[in-house]
Amino acid sequence: MSKKILIVDDEPNIVISLEFLMKKEGFAVAVANDGEEALAKVASFEPDLILLDVMMPKKSGFEVCEILRADPSKAGLLIVMLTAKGRDTEVAKGLAIGADAYITKPFSTKDLAARVKTMLGTV
Amino acid sequence: MLSGWFVALLATGYLGLLFAVARFGDARADAGKSIISANVYALSLAVYCTSWTFYGSVGRATSGGLSFLTIYLGPTLMLLCVGVIIKMIRISKAQRITSIADFIASRYGKSQLLAGMVTVIAVIGVVPYIALQLKAMAASVDVLLEHAGNGVEVWGLDSTFLMAVVLAFFSILFGTRHLDATERHEGMVAAVAFESVVKLVAFMAVGLFVTYGMFGGLGDLFQRASASADLGRLLELDSGRAGTWSALIILSGLAIIFLPRQFQIIVVENVDESHLKRAVWLFPLYLLLINIFVLPLALGGLLHFDGQSVNPDTFVLTLPLVHGAEALALLAFIGGLSAATGMVIVETIALSTMVCNDLVMPILLRSTGNFIEKRSDLSGLLLGIRRAAIALILLLGYVYFRAAGEAYALVAIGLISFAAVAQFAPAMFGGMYWKQGTRAGAVAGLLAGFVVWLYTLLLPSFAKSGWISSGFVEQGLFGIGWLKAQALFGLAGLDEISHSLWWSMLANIGAYVAVSLNSRPDAVEASQAERFVDVFRFDSRNTEARLWRGKASPDALVGLLERFLGAARAGQQLAAYAAARKAGNWRNLPADAEFVQFAEAELAGAIGSASARVMVASVAQEEDLGLEEVLDILDEATQVRAHSRELEAKQRELEAATAELREANERLRELDRMKDDFISTVTHELRTPLTSIRALSEMLHEDPRIELADRKRFLGIIVNEAERLTRLINQILDLARMESGRAEWTTGEVDLGEVARESMASVEQLFRDKGVALDSDIPASGLVVLADRDRLMQVMINLLSNAVKFVAGGTGQVHVKLGVAAGLIRVEVRDNGPGLTPEECGVIFEKFRQGGNTMTDKPQGTGLGLPISRQIVEYFGGNLWVESAPGAGANFIFTVPLPVPEDNNGRQTK
Amino acid sequence: MKRANPTRQRLAALGLLGVPLLTYPLLSLPGGEWAGIPATYLYLFGVWAGLIALAAWVAERRGP
Repeated sequence: MSKKILIVDDEPNIVISLEFLMKKEGFAVAVANDGEEALAKVASFEPDLILLDVMMPKKSGFEVCEILRADPSKAGLLIVMLTAKGRDTEVAKGLAIGADAYITKPFSTKDLAARVKTMLGTV
Repeated sequence: MLSGWFVALLATGYLGLLFAVARFGDARADAGKSIISANVYALSLAVYCTSWTFYGSVGRATSGGLSFLTIYLGPTLMLLCVGVIIKMIRISKAQRITSIADFIASRYGKSQLLAGMVTVIAVIGVVPYIALQLKAMAASVDVLLEHAGNGVEVWGLDSTFLMAVVLAFFSILFGTRHLDATERHEGMVAAVAFESVVKLVAFMAVGLFVTYGMFGGLGDLFQRASASADLGRLLELDSGRAGTWSALIILSGLAIIFLPRQFQIIVVENVDESHLKRAVWLFPLYLLLINIFVLPLALGGLLHFDGQSVNPDTFVLTLPLVHGAEALALLAFIGGLSAATGMVIVETIALSTMVCNDLVMPILLRSTGNFIEKRSDLSGLLLGIRRAAIALILLLGYVYFRAAGEAYALVAIGLISFAAVAQFAPAMFGGMYWKQGTRAGAVAGLLAGFVVWLYTLLLPSFAKSGWISSGFVEQGLFGIGWLKAQALFGLAGLDEISHSLWWSMLANIGAYVAVSLNSRPDAVEASQAERFVDVFRFDSRNTEARLWRGKASPDALVGLLERFLGAARAGQQLAAYAAARKAGNWRNLPADAEFVQFAEAELAGAIGSASARVMVASVAQEEDLGLEEVLDILDEATQVRAHSRELEAKQRELEAATAELREANERLRELDRMKDDFISTVTHELRTPLTSIRALSEMLHEDPRIELADRKRFLGIIVNEAERLTRLINQILDLARMESGRAEWTTGEVDLGEVARESMASVEQLFRDKGVALDSDIPASGLVVLADRDRLMQVMINLLSNAVKFVAGGTGQVHVKLGVAAGLIRVEVRDNGPGLTPEECGVIFEKFRQGGNTMTDKPQGTGLGLPISRQIVEYFGGNLWVESAPGAGANFIFTVPLPVPEDNNGRQTK
Repeated sequence: MKRANPTRQRLAALGLLGVPLLTYPLLSLPGGEWAGIPATYLYLFGVWAGLIALAAWVAERRGP
């Protein structure tokens, strides 16, 4: 049973690239374009890992993360935050909120893929 | 009528009257209704006029002419320097000073040594003066009784001795009824003022009698005198005696404050500083009045008794007597009695206070400490010591009278005393005005001056009466000519008084200054120096308390008070103190520095400040404040007040400046935040397209076997994003340049109509692709402005592309309209898109903000187009804004001002 | 520095004035007599009275 990954970003081109990348690695992929859609998809798709952009309309990535972490049933859900903002304060904030990883854009596809695979335990 | 008994009765009766006046004064004082007014105070100063004035001046005038007047001119001038006197009074009140010895001792570190020295000098110096009074009294009694032919021996005792006894008795009665911490004797002052009036009246009565009764008036008297060669000489001043004249003025000027009785009356007995205002002129007036008839009396006597050997010191009595004016003579006698008793009473009281507080008590405390501790109530002992001192001083006066009184005329004796008390001047004036004056210096000065006085005046006076050999006067000490007592170091030609004054002052001042400059004051001296010299600047209460550190038990202090003041008086003072500090009972008060100061001050009144200091120190475990600390505290106190006003002003300035700074800081932080936001946003905007570019490029690179369709799609995205990125970077740079003023503008004549048409043409394809209609309404001419053509194109294209982005495909319509109004060209770009809310109308002009909230179709815009367009339009003096309502489309409008037309001369008209 | 009290300063000035007026050499100037009274006598008492009057006027005129 392959792992499920939810990709959340408001930039369509980034979504395209991430989607392609994850599918190539053999994961099942679902997509959301904003925070609210992301929460809906989390409920329906039940991913194992979520690639979460920070700067989004409706609900920001931080808010989504907080909500997910507040839900004990989602304790096993791995959250990887992606953002173009690389300031230390943002990173600290993200990790403090409960993200499992924080990656700045632009990222290396190889690194990202490796990271995701490690986190999901499939090498 | 003039029997011995009658005279004795009269005298006793008068003294009784004086005593009654004194009791009245004391009673009123105790009841709080003091009768000491400015006039009473001023008159009491006239205790200065003793038998010397009453009898002696006339005697002096017969040989020295007007030189007797110097004794009264000096005090007049000294009184005019009233500031000095007021300072003395202020210091004395602040420091609870009760005598000259106390003053000097207190100033130089509460030194018991100095207190004792000053007392000894004062007693020795004043004894001749007391003898003078006894001599005058003896002479006057002799005159009265001999005239009546009666003897002068009563009960086998010498009348002078009896007189001394009587005077001692009255002095004790006047001055030692109880111990007062302030050493004030209001009754005595009242009696002295009364006496002064009696003296003046009596003397003037005799003067008037002789001048107008015996002779034909002043003119007559003087003319008759000038007829005789001897007497004529008296009418002129001998300029050869210029030095003596000035010396005597100086001496008397010093004596008016440094004689113990004068210090007592002027300083200690003063109840109100403002009384000095009256004294400044009323007392000199008294002196003037009492001296008007001195020379006439002298001349009258000489003229009348020509050839007879009548003692000129007694003219005041003898002249009325030979004319049978017995009543007048008795009045004169009473006047003379007044003069003498006033002097003796006040002087002995002042001296006994000094002897008790500053000489005996310190010795007792030091040598027989146990003795003191065993006695529980010492107030009786203190009074006893004072009474004994009074008696002893009068006895000494009597002895001097016998030993040396015969040889001198009255005035000469008095001047010896003047010269003695003048020795206090350097230490006292130095103490009040020179902080560097030290105890060692004062001791050296006093010692030197006293020794010189002793050698040049006192001892020679004994020699002249034959009690000791006069070798040291005639040949000098040990036969050394340079040490001739009255021609020291060859300074001959001066009368003995001037000679002594000159040398003693030289020695005194010289030693005082030299030793003071070479010694350092200790902590107590330094603090006292500050308090004395700066008394007008001092806020005494706070610093007094702070200058004491230690622990004391209230009971021990109260015990001291009871022992030295007596239980009743101590209780009274404690109650008053407690009331002043708003406590019901003194037991409720802590034994803090203030309490100790109070106790010490009260004790000082009874036993002198030096002894009080010692007693308090013995019961309180005190910490020694180092000299530095003391000076620091005092410096602080004086500086603090001086600076506080400066500080207040500076504080206000500071507050204003701080408020300004805070505002500026806020503004800076705001700007900083905005800058941070901008940079952060820019970073984000740049990184976003980069992310897709990188990711897709990497994937294409990694896996060559990607399907063609995907490959094409990816590459397309890469290209688009690269373009987007480029656009973004360009726009950011553009905006940055425009905002910092570093953009390049090519300004020329631009036809806006043509610009509009061209920009419409360039977006035509876009419009056709989306199926949006585009039309325009452009006037044929009159649309020329001075601007940058490319920039205006940029604005137009921006607006048009925005419009086509937001209208719905197919049904969208965009309308361009140009017009002229009020010196402006107005360009409108209207669309029938979804419109904007009022909030959005402002938001879209902000950097990176884009319109539309559905976000379903994320626009490809950068969010910088409108801000840039606005910058461009505003650069040329126009405005760019939008008018819109939701559902009613949007109308973007900008204006460009038309150039101002020039007149024929090329100047621009307004 | 003492508080500069004008009354006291004026009085001190009077005192200072008195010194040369009442000592030599000025003292040797008056000579002769007036209404039978020697000039020196009149001068001394006159200057003295004058100083007293001035002092009275200065001291009583205003409160310190």
